[in-house]
Amino acid sequence: MNNEVINVENLTFEYTDTAVLKNVNFKLYKGDFLGIIGANGAGKSTLIKLILNLLTPDSGKIELFGTDFAKARKKIGYVSQKANSFNSDFPATVKEVVRANLFAEKGLFKPYTKKDDEKVLSALELVGMTQYRNKLIGSLSGGEQQRVFIARALVREPELLLMDEPTVGIDAKSVHDIMEIIKNLNRNGMTIIMTNHDTPTLLEVSNKLLIFCEHGYEEFVTMSDLSLERISDILAGKRLHKHA
Amino acid sequence: MLDIFTYPFMIKAFFVAFMIALCAPCIGLPIVLKRFSAIGDATSHSALGGIAFGLLIGINPIIGAVVFSIVAVLSVERLRKAFGTYHEIATVIVMSAGIGLTAVLSAFIKNGSANISSFMFGSIVAISDFELWLSLILCAVVLVMTFLLYKENFAITFDEEAAALSGIPVRLINFIVMLLTAILVSVASRIVGALMISSLLVIPVANAMLISKSYKQTLTLSIVFSEFITLAGLFVSFYMNLRPGGTIVLMGVVILVITAIIKPKK
Ligand SMILES: Nc1ncnc2c1ncn2[C@@H]1O[C@H](COP(=O)(O)OP(=O)(O)O)[C@@H](O)[C@H]1O
Ligand SMILES: [Mg+2]
Repeated sequence: MNNEVINVENLTFEYTDTAVLKNVNFKLYKGDFLGIIGANGAGKSTLIKLILNLLTPDSGKIELFGTDFAKARKKIGYVSQKANSFNSDFPATVKEVVRANLFAEKGLFKPYTKKDDEKVLSALELVGMTQYRNKLIGSLSGGEQQRVFIARALVREPELLLMDEPTVGIDAKSVHDIMEIIKNLNRNGMTIIMTNHDTPTLLEVSNKLLIFCEHGYEEFVTMSDLSLERISDILAGKRLHKHA
Repeated sequence: MLDIFTYPFMIKAFFVAFMIALCAPCIGLPIVLKRFSAIGDATSHSALGGIAFGLLIGINPIIGAVVFSIVAVLSVERLRKAFGTYHEIATVIVMSAGIGLTAVLSAFIKNGSANISSFMFGSIVAISDFELWLSLILCAVVLVMTFLLYKENFAITFDEEAAALSGIPVRLINFIVMLLTAILVSVASRIVGALMISSLLVIPVANAMLISKSYKQTLTLSIVFSEFITLAGLFVSFYMNLRPGGTIVLMGVVILVITAIIKPKK
């Protein structure tokens, strides 16, 4: 059986006049946890958007579950940075927000069912938010909201979960809880790709790292016994491997 | 029996008003939540241009309004892209084109200003059977479509990016909602008035948002408010000889203010 989840080959992308990604290569298998590290503006979010097909590569390819994004869509979940995802006074309950992620699969014009609501409840259960299901989303704290957004991704039972800075602007206690939830998902076999400006947190959970260095190239490494110092060396531009 | 219902034309007016009041929040809710309330104004001013055009060349003004307001929403969509993050400029430009056209065309219509102003502010007039059926059918289309797209509209208005990622055809559905807006505004111009319908799209929703505890409840309550102010407004305007559109909208504003003052803490 082929356990390959994502295969990125020679991925290159630039905005109108800023080159961002040049020949990025990496491969992940079921159960991997990829941490993406790099300074602000290094191209981490751009890479996530390319994987999600929100941007189109200039060259190179991204294979998801051996196929393209449109065909693999059902298996992919996404959690964005909390701040830019909604209007805080939007009149919707937690349950309504999570349920919305099931709608595409139902198809146009089809109503949702009791079974969908059961899925919603079990997703909320996974993030410990069941008792908040009928609360307005805007009435929750930042950390609680982010847990709801994780549940929203989980309700589709994704096999690959992408998270772009999921803990920005969230208090320390909630960050800890959220990281525990994510670790648990990973332990149960979910493949995860996460960017996070907090490198130590990422090192603790990842088994693979993609490091965007200061000098415009990337290193893709497996965390066997990579120390923090080695990583800051790489970040500072000291190559690990010799490139041809 | 109340003597208001002994007039066949009033019964027709109530039928049409009831349907319009039912449709208005269904369209208004996604528009308001997307911070796109101004589309109602852009559309209604263009609808007036279409009404003037219809009166001028002798076709039914509601049909003129439908055509012009569809062109208007398409133009807004196109112009929004040109202005990027300052996309609200697009609605103002289309609105200007609509009102400019109305002003110029109305000068050529026999009895132009009286005719146009009845469409601006609404009037209780004898609706022809053709208009009655046209209105009822168009309202039914709006109602059925918004009902069928209820869940997609929720997903899109809450988080357009997530909706697109999940596989919802966001652009298609936004386009359909714009078309339905154009249709509803045109139909409403006769009784409610073109300049009043954009208020009817927004006020009941705004009122419901003050007190609702879910999206579903917001929709339900805004329909209740919308029906109340529309039917009561029509009733009052008949007995006090006022213009129905203005009466409906003012009633809505008064209720909104009262709700805002006494609203329970969420
Ligand atoms: N829409 C855009 N248009 C042009 N340049 C962009 C756009 N988005 C990001 N950039 C630029 O691309 C680079 C990478 O951005 P990003 O992927 O957001 O970085 P990161 O997430 O690592 O902080 C930055 O230099 C940023 O200024
Ligand atoms: Mg970023």
